[in-house]
Amino acid sequence: MTGKHSKVAYYPGCALEGTGHAYNRSTKEVGKALGLELVELKNWNCCGAMEVKNLDPKLQTYLSARNLAIAEKMGFDTVMAPCNGCYHNLKKAEYDLAHDPASREVVGRLSQKAGHETYEAGAVTTIHALDWIKDSVGEQGLRARVRNTLKGLKIANYYGCMYTRPRHIFPEKDKGADSESTSKPHFMDDLLAAAGAESVEYPLKTACCGGAHTLSDSDTSTKLVLNLLTTAEACGADVIATECPTCHTGLEIHQVRAEKVFGQKTKVKILYFTQLLGMALGLSARRVGVHENFSDASDLLRAKGLG
Amino acid sequence: MMTDVTATRKTPTGIMERLETVIAAPDATLVANPSGIAHELLELGETILERWLDAHGTVPTPQLSEGFRLLALHRQGARGDPSFNACRETCREIVYHRNLITSEPGHPDTARRVRLAAMVARHLALFIDGKLEAAELGEFCCSSRPLRTRGAASAATTVPE
Repeated sequence: MTGKHSKVAYYPGCALEGTGHAYNRSTKEVGKALGLELVELKNWNCCGAMEVKNLDPKLQTYLSARNLAIAEKMGFDTVMAPCNGCYHNLKKAEYDLAHDPASREVVGRLSQKAGHETYEAGAVTTIHALDWIKDSVGEQGLRARVRNTLKGLKIANYYGCMYTRPRHIFPEKDKGADSESTSKPHFMDDLLAAAGAESVEYPLKTACCGGAHTLSDSDTSTKLVLNLLTTAEACGADVIATECPTCHTGLEIHQVRAEKVFGQKTKVKILYFTQLLGMALGLSARRVGVHENFSDASDLLRAKGLG
Repeated sequence: MMTDVTATRKTPTGIMERLETVIAAPDATLVANPSGIAHELLELGETILERWLDAHGTVPTPQLSEGFRLLALHRQGARGDPSFNACRETCREIVYHRNLITSEPGHPDTARRVRLAAMVARHLALFIDGKLEAAELGEFCCSSRPLRTRGAASAATTVPE
């Protein structure tokens, strides 16, 4: 264990307090099991998500910058955001503050108005839950702690699109073998393989799931998700592992909708990667919130000795 | 199995039907001429992107990027529209599968590889069709631009890839 991120600020974001509750629960439980400390940001706010970003991108930059300012004030130089949307927005705010004077002006003005310190680029690094575990414990450390191997479980790792795009806001990626790849991400594959799982070659690991149109154009989202699900099955996967609450919820609800609307049933199960790692570390399925998922994986997990 | 795209390239429905036919085909059909189908899928991918460019008043480029017109067309489509990058890796996977299939046409996994290539191409078709109906598709995720503010385009603070 390198201890690089053994104690970091934690920004769960709105989704992890709602539909992504199981991700929040399993992330915290995995942290505990690995001896990693998460300190939740005090009085954090929305990262700006897509709604604010689409209305006024500089307001989104301010909202994300305020969270970074809180982390800095709490004495942290690293904040971990498990949600791809939050992760993306905090990274984007960091990029904008470093490169765009107009964003700095807006953030400075709004911070003053709100009565808190103005965040300046470079003080806090945002990492994803995958970076957190990969950099703190690594595959070797994880392998040593596995109590229930995921052996026999075939997993398609689905990263979604926000984890790697746009490339310019992720300067730490694409820096060689040990860094994450924006074209073919592999951190989740690496961690789950260390826990014994077999990662299948999944050609749609960063493809669009139509997340933004889940409600406004449900059929488009359902068709995109159905293709993600059937392709995962064609790759031989038992499970699609996720690392984003929006992707996860989209896959789950459109799996149900695909059957209801298009009559196409798929069997592949959808689990957060933290749920899988938690069970590999010896935690019960309930403790990592498997019962909170829409996708009922209980039979599969029992059959694999993980239930 | 027919590998001529001329009949299928005219309509989105024709493209989708052709992809569904490849996906549903028995292994024996797919291994009979895997390289031909792989080339066809690449051409169908080009046709899908040409439709997008045509719809936006742009003449599709005849140029190649990294040896492939599909990648050049993607670069062309993404210019000024960062959300188009949501299909960047999908295009690259079509090229990858084409290379995989044509370099090892006798591989025991060939039928599965061809089927997967068609599924990846189907994702491209679904994404582009979705974007033709709702241009904002993909904008929530890997890129975003302000939709309702005055001078929206100039307010964007990030630069396209």
